[in-house]
Amino acid sequence: MSGTLTDQPMIDFRKEFFADERDDNLNEVGKPTRRQDITGHVTGRSPFYDDHLFEGLLHIRCVRSPHHAARVRRIDLSAAERMPGVVRILTGKDVPRNLNTLLSLLDFGIDDEPVISTDRVRYRGEPVAAIIATSEARARDAVAKVVVDWEPLPHVLDVEEAIKPGAPVVLDIYPSNKFIYHGKYDHQKLRYGDVEAAFRQADHVIEGRYQMSPIEQAPIETCGAIATPEQNGRYACYSATQALFFSLAVSSKVLEMPSSRLHFIGGTVGGGFGGKVDSIHEPLAILGAMLTGRPCKCMWDREEEMQVGAPRGAERWYIKDGVMRDGRIIARSFTGYFDSGAYTRLSSYAIIKGVGHLPGPYTIPNVSANVYCVYTNRTPATAMRGFGITGVDFAIEAHMDKVADTVGLNPIELRILNAYRDGDMKAHRRLAKNCALIECCQVVAEKAGVKLSPAMLAASSRKDGGGERARLPISTVTDEHGLVRGFQGGSYGRKGAKPAPLSGISQTMPLATPTASQSPPPAAAPQQPPPRVGSMRFSSISGFRRR
Amino acid sequence: MALKPVTFILNGEPKAAFTEDGQNLLDMLRRGVGDLSPKYGCAQGSCGACTVLINGDPQLACLVLAEAVEGQNLETAAGLGHATLHPLQEAFMQRFAAQCGYCTPGMLMSAKALLNANPRPTRDQVIEAISGNLCRCTGYDPIIAAILDVAEGRRAP
Amino acid sequence: MAVIIEKHATISEAQRALGSDSVYLGGGTILMRDINAGVVQGRVIRSTDPALTQVRPVGDGFEIGAGVTMTAIAKHAELAFLHPVVRAIGGPQIRNMATIGGNLFAEPPYGDLAAALLALGARLVMAGGQARPIEEFFRDRKRAGLITAIQLPRPRDDRSFSFHKVSRVKPKGVSVMSFSVFLPRDAGRLRGVRIGCIGLGPGPLRAVSAERALEGQVLDQASISRAAQLVTDGMDPPTDALASSWYRREVASVHLKRLLERMI
Repeated sequence: MSGTLTDQPMIDFRKEFFADERDDNLNEVGKPTRRQDITGHVTGRSPFYDDHLFEGLLHIRCVRSPHHAARVRRIDLSAAERMPGVVRILTGKDVPRNLNTLLSLLDFGIDDEPVISTDRVRYRGEPVAAIIATSEARARDAVAKVVVDWEPLPHVLDVEEAIKPGAPVVLDIYPSNKFIYHGKYDHQKLRYGDVEAAFRQADHVIEGRYQMSPIEQAPIETCGAIATPEQNGRYACYSATQALFFSLAVSSKVLEMPSSRLHFIGGTVGGGFGGKVDSIHEPLAILGAMLTGRPCKCMWDREEEMQVGAPRGAERWYIKDGVMRDGRIIARSFTGYFDSGAYTRLSSYAIIKGVGHLPGPYTIPNVSANVYCVYTNRTPATAMRGFGITGVDFAIEAHMDKVADTVGLNPIELRILNAYRDGDMKAHRRLAKNCALIECCQVVAEKAGVKLSPAMLAASSRKDGGGERARLPISTVTDEHGLVRGFQGGSYGRKGAKPAPLSGISQTMPLATPTASQSPPPAAAPQQPPPRVGSMRFSSISGFRRR
Repeated sequence: MALKPVTFILNGEPKAAFTEDGQNLLDMLRRGVGDLSPKYGCAQGSCGACTVLINGDPQLACLVLAEAVEGQNLETAAGLGHATLHPLQEAFMQRFAAQCGYCTPGMLMSAKALLNANPRPTRDQVIEAISGNLCRCTGYDPIIAAILDVAEGRRAP
Repeated sequence: MAVIIEKHATISEAQRALGSDSVYLGGGTILMRDINAGVVQGRVIRSTDPALTQVRPVGDGFEIGAGVTMTAIAKHAELAFLHPVVRAIGGPQIRNMATIGGNLFAEPPYGDLAAALLALGARLVMAGGQARPIEEFFRDRKRAGLITAIQLPRPRDDRSFSFHKVSRVKPKGVSVMSFSVFLPRDAGRLRGVRIGCIGLGPGPLRAVSAERALEGQVLDQASISRAAQLVTDGMDPPTDALASSWYRREVASVHLKRLLERMI
């Protein structure tokens, strides 16, 4: 390589496509602009959360499980309490409401995860105590002095092992190690047409198994937060969170403190990529500030970021396609397993998003999917760039190549042949619009030097769609496979139901030191969901909702 | 624990600070001196976010014992440009060479050390010079372009 | 317990201070990580003795102070045979800090230079003044004592010493494995062959079977193939985050072969 500059822009604008659908005369959109925070970045003055200095700052470090699964028989803090610089030690008993699930803010899922575990750990690195000391080094030294009497339990680290009968149960509220969707099924379903009948008609039936390991977001700034007492019983919290209001609401809930007493400062994030939405540090830092009256910092070191930080979860997919000799895919079925790790966090949502994406950007008249959110004793998974989509897209596209190979088509031509065109019916019963896969394929072929047939070159997302392709299947085969009883769907699935109250938020609370309280019972009381009425509406967060 | 006094030059100014045994330079600069431009990324020497120049050479503040900088000449990103921005800072702004901005101070110091030693580096030499600095927002290309801009005199160094 | 730093002006003072309860801090790239993580506690000895950073010719070779950095080696014209090794270590910042003495104590996947020193048959000068073969040191690194300098022969020509590192990331990547090959020649025959490697065992090792296959031979395709096949003979390559034992066995001979072919 030479020292010459690449002056061409890194984005190749192909403005010949869809010119009539676009307005190139907008003031800001489509024009380069200088980002507003860049001066702070290049002068090293952007205020990341750890760039706020406090007199008398205390440091919080957690005592973590060395086991994938264990019962906590006893925690002996006496030696740690005597260590120099130790101000206070937090345990689960100090957390006013020591159980939460992130999406409870949307009334989706059952509270399943303690802030600090008291009796049992479900993944390696789960915290059972938090030392607050005058320096990070002293906090570390005291962590080493905590003696925990562990009773190691059997653990399971693979999704398909975890759903076998007799597998170790990760969370008692989900005895089959599967998240319960809509209070009804142990998996998220997609049913569109009749895949089995189509497989019988197909010239080829092509199967594949694909999997992806967890991926750590690995921001250069590790996750953390600093909380400090303000006046009038308020607390300020400086956070690296990507989801300031999410972290605010989680803190408010688990600390049973109205959000009006919490002043969150953030927005300058040293890389997130999804890994900074879990709101782990803010409640601990605020609790520390409440109980010591001093500013407290809770920050992961790099090792914790990699070991304890929630990654994009592992996924495993089985895909089966029914394909005609000419390359048309007439049926596609999926069985998917998301490794949620030890707690739900955002995996349940990732699957709803992922299933909405199936069968990929292709018009396939018969589609079926069973996708499971599986609990294992691995680090809980969470958000990361396109999570819910990325893993299955890898599987789909790898499988497309396998199909192309089987039917003897160029892989790009196979994609153009099956691509969504404007007006096509998608498997989740919405019409496709603003499609552009065909055009993307054509540009890719040109850049890669792949010669396309005249028919493929002439194809367009705006031609040949709709009509027959807009029709819903004549009949769709449904089933009750995976039906469970005894779970509540949550208010999002019930017409007219009030959302469950979010404890603390918008409720008043006396300005007093919070008292230690017992954890609420883990599972929602088993209850039959009320009859389903009303029309359906799809939300990317909560899936299908009844109006 | 006894505190030890350390004196050194930071961005041209004489400084004095106290250090605790075992404290690293990054922690002393940030908490003891209040220079927040070097960043904590790993404390393992892997990420380069804490890169500072010691007597002109880029080093990792997280792996330097604070008391070992006695009498040394330190430069950090906070000292780049005073009344006006340094050409590297201008180039980074122009080239959109910072997204989250967390790796930027370290990148700038590695770039400065390179240009001090070699005002006309090749692209490969630029890549080599920033190889100890991780950027996770996938910004290497604009960063390389920005450094080459300064190197090739598109901006006066 | 906490860290207590003791600074000593001379090597002999540092040596006297160093006991079984303390560790020596060189360039910091290894030990500071453990100090930051709270793993190292107690007394940490360091020395500012200028002798530690000197490079001087000794006989038909060099004596390099244990505190000489990778960058200092890379800038030293007469140590050009080591330049490919030190330039492959870390990034610029690490090279400005990491020392030749410290690399002897590096755990996998680090220790490229240590393996090169093993291949060159270096002798280690201890604080007491005595010099001992590097093999002796690797037999028990934990109780080595304070090393003040490394004595090296000067390879006779460009073909007699060569280095090859396999890493997944470039330009800064840790070693999946690396090979350092020292091939002194006598009337066209290889005499005193030494091959140092990391990544194929618990630390720097000599590929003894491959060395034996080359000893007394002419370096040609036939001898190279025989040696390459034997490279992992008697070794137990580890499985870790970088590569599996199987992978290391499979590719080791390919990489050694490529390196030896460059030395014909």
